[in-house]
Amino acid sequence: MTDGIPAAPGTEGWFREGPDGFALLAGRCTACGALSFPPRTVPGCPDPGCEGLEQSPEPLSTTGTLWSYTDARYAPPPPYPRPPGTEFEPYALAAVELAAERMIVLGQVAPGVPTGALQVGMTMELTPGTLRSSAGVEERVWNFRPAPNYEAYTGEAQA
Amino acid sequence: MSRTDSVAVAGVGMHPWGAWGKPFIGYGSAAARAALADAGIGWRDVQLVVGGETIRNGYPGFVAGSALSQALGWHGAPVASCYAACATGAQALSTARAHILAGLADVVLVVGADTTPKGFFAPVGGERPDDPDWLRFRLLGATNPAYFGLYARRRMALRGSTEADFAAVKVKNARAGALNPNARFRAEVDAETVLNSPMVSDPLRLLQICATSDGAAAVVLTSEDYARRLNKDAVRIRAVSAPTPTYPRTVPDFPYLASDSMASNSTATAAPATRTFRESLAHAAYEAAGIGPEDVDLAEVYDLTTAMELDWYEEIGLCAPGDAEKLLHEGATALGGRVPVNTSGGLSSFGEAIPAQAIAQVCELTWQLRGDAGARQVERARVGVAVNQGLFGHGSAIVVGRK
Ligand SMILES: [Zn+2]
Repeated sequence: MTDGIPAAPGTEGWFREGPDGFALLAGRCTACGALSFPPRTVPGCPDPGCEGLEQSPEPLSTTGTLWSYTDARYAPPPPYPRPPGTEFEPYALAAVELAAERMIVLGQVAPGVPTGALQVGMTMELTPGTLRSSAGVEERVWNFRPAPNYEAYTGEAQA
Repeated sequence: MSRTDSVAVAGVGMHPWGAWGKPFIGYGSAAARAALADAGIGWRDVQLVVGGETIRNGYPGFVAGSALSQALGWHGAPVASCYAACATGAQALSTARAHILAGLADVVLVVGADTTPKGFFAPVGGERPDDPDWLRFRLLGATNPAYFGLYARRRMALRGSTEADFAAVKVKNARAGALNPNARFRAEVDAETVLNSPMVSDPLRLLQICATSDGAAAVVLTSEDYARRLNKDAVRIRAVSAPTPTYPRTVPDFPYLASDSMASNSTATAAPATRTFRESLAHAAYEAAGIGPEDVDLAEVYDLTTAMELDWYEEIGLCAPGDAEKLLHEGATALGGRVPVNTSGGLSSFGEAIPAQAIAQVCELTWQLRGDAGARQVERARVGVAVNQGLFGHGSAIVVGRK
């Protein structure tokens, strides 16, 4: 499912939308399998012992455990967008350790979820997010939100 | 420690930190003159000038080494200019030290100075999606305090730390800063005031995050022979370490959006390091100086936040992981304690003037080891360590010792 919102500047190839669901896309080294998020824009593997130069897109786990969280009570400075005619709304930020990859990825928490609803170690899931640019244009980004039934989660990742 | 590995800190100087709003080079010149006077060395005896770059109000175009040389009057000495984010001053010191140890210079002036706008640090302008610093602001609004908030919350979850623990660090550092004529904030603060200050990035409140400041610090490094002739050889730099992280990075360091993957299902060659990047900084310096954390009498650590100061206690080996709050509440890290930390008042009392910070740490350690720290004096201090970490995988540790 895709609603036609264009990817935010700089994020082309960072996520996938469509029938298989929304997912972040890492770059996977074709030589050793090492994952990079965001995908590397310069050829080369993050592993200093690997001479691989190619990466292929690899969807990442869409759930993980909350490694930590915080929020922004004051408007961040530019280039964080400030859409015209809007008041700054505080929002939470999450660092989520993805279930299979054990990679900690940062993202904004979906609107309306206060820090009081978050707890380190809880299960989070990926969801499409929308930013509004300083010109007021909608842009696609990724968000995290608490998984609906995280108590049932039995992934291998530890908080 | 063999004599051939160390260089002398012949003189130190600072311009008081504050929000003066003047050109950075004015602060730098004042600090440089103070350091040269302290060393008893004339400006024209300087054989190399190493400047820490400022990127404020532009890009690294304020070539600090030459701007400073012009301000003090050209006399032909070569210059070097360094940028390593918050570790800039340490890289400048490292460059100076390397020249001396290589026999390329006997007298090197190291200066860092900055003029800093109020509010959050932000990347320079323009659409620059190839810069991870630009991306974290543009996509997430992830300021430095936001990353610090993540680390602080993580510490609370892992160690059971509380906001009150963090506030106690501010109370301690404000008490030391009140005694330091170069500090910007010179008033004692009580815990209640800290805990009632506005929340910036949960769980960090305004008084638990360091401010941004104007300021400068300078050091004159010389060869040991040169310092001995001047009778200025009491304090030495025994080690400067500035390693980069090793793959895989297990923690999301700012300004990056993700850590490396710790999954074991790839055929990657690298195993996670036994030490985190921040732990590796002091460890490398201790190893180079032939000492251990038990030999440290005092430390200056980057308290970008109060919570981060507690992390450093563990990362530089002053206590076991999880024991930082205990060390703090015992009073061990306060003035008069077993191993005082941030006797200068720390960034908490100074604020960040990026290229000057690591140099200012060495100024404080030098005053302490010489017995010139006045009301802040640590008794019988012989070895001090300074540590910092900055953007883009920069960080460093410096061991300073008495002869
Ligand atoms: Zn590879």
